[in-house]
Amino acid sequence: MSSKKQTPSQTVGPFFSYGLTPRQYGYDHQDLGTGDLVPDGIEGEVITLMGTIYTVESNEMKHAVVESWQADSLGKYAEIGLKDSFSGFGRVGTGRGEDPRYRIRTIKPGRVDRQQAPHIALTIFSRGLMHHAFTRLYFSDEVEANEKDPLLRLLPAERRHTLIAKRIDSDDCTVYQFDIHMQGDQETVFLEF
Amino acid sequence: MQRYTPKDNESHPPLIHPPYKSSVTRSPTKDPIIVPQTITELTGPCFDPASLPEYSNDLTTNGRKSGEPIGERLIVTGRILDENGDPVPGAMVEIWQANSAGRYRDREDQHHAPIDPNFLGAGRAITDANGWYRFLTLRPGAYPWGNHPNAWRPPHIHFSVFGANIMTRLVTQMYFEGDPLLEYDPIYSGPPDEARKRMVAACSMEQTEEGFALGYLWDIVIRGPKATPFED
Repeated sequence: MSSKKQTPSQTVGPFFSYGLTPRQYGYDHQDLGTGDLVPDGIEGEVITLMGTIYTVESNEMKHAVVESWQADSLGKYAEIGLKDSFSGFGRVGTGRGEDPRYRIRTIKPGRVDRQQAPHIALTIFSRGLMHHAFTRLYFSDEVEANEKDPLLRLLPAERRHTLIAKRIDSDDCTVYQFDIHMQGDQETVFLEF
Repeated sequence: MQRYTPKDNESHPPLIHPPYKSSVTRSPTKDPIIVPQTITELTGPCFDPASLPEYSNDLTTNGRKSGEPIGERLIVTGRILDENGDPVPGAMVEIWQANSAGRYRDREDQHHAPIDPNFLGAGRAITDANGWYRFLTLRPGAYPWGNHPNAWRPPHIHFSVFGANIMTRLVTQMYFEGDPLLEYDPIYSGPPDEARKRMVAACSMEQTEEGFALGYLWDIVIRGPKATPFED
């Protein structure tokens, strides 16, 4: 039995920039996480996650923060005490300019266990969002693993595609495009666990 | 196997809360899909207390350019606890807030109250072995916003908390005991009546430093391990 009740969640509001993502928005304050998780000499395939977050009627969402959590290329999560390991944690804002979107430069994670396909956990915060939204990003070039993934199999078949990022290769980088739809016909699957 | 307590929907606000206008167009409309807790959810980012710069938890000092920031000094302190009442040591706590005039440092804040050049309004702390965090800051001012006619946000401090894993993540706001603006605020009023009171900090003579700063005590409760983790 619980003896304490959870403290309610509240929105991050519109003015989080200097507190949560200071350097990205040009404030003199230390960052906790950034949009570049790739330290020199790390093993693995360097990739960029990129996407737009849409509100109702496909308006692009400014004032949003995305946090990412993932394993390294061998499928191992960072632990306390393991210095200089891959942090696995990213945090970026979608910006406020003409083309609001998030970009996270990272490495492609390995499989974390025998059942699950490679994936990255994403958490979305924003003005207007009273409780953060959890989702997961899977990779379009992992077709076979995705088909067997226990989480994807729990989803209605017609909504599975909303969690699969599309691989786009170019000369200088590999991008996984992962747009997030907060509402509408294409509403992304959000998770609770 | 679900090893951690679930999100308690009786404690949190509904995602769509029409009195808070922007929730209507920016929040999911479909129910979330409930999925098993795997190693991904049972782990989370780790933060080293040694990585925090000096004065990280002292907002009266960490933004100084030419002198002291102006306002009423406060000590804001409390414990991060889980639902079993156990303290959460090593939890990262981030705060950000408006200055004493009700103006955020964020460039998009257009409220024509003065910016304090010596106050950034953001800080971080990591909880100690008994789950305690502590900040020295200034009392934030109330400010108007565009949600409805004559809308004012009650003075509040934004909190962001990382516990043992990503499931325990919490972003919330701390309010002040006795504030007459609370009952008019659609953000404060989002959670059910019983739950919203848990966001209100109490003035504490015990935490006050005599002759220096008033103390406010505020414990935060996040999701925790199930008492019998292997039962189901």
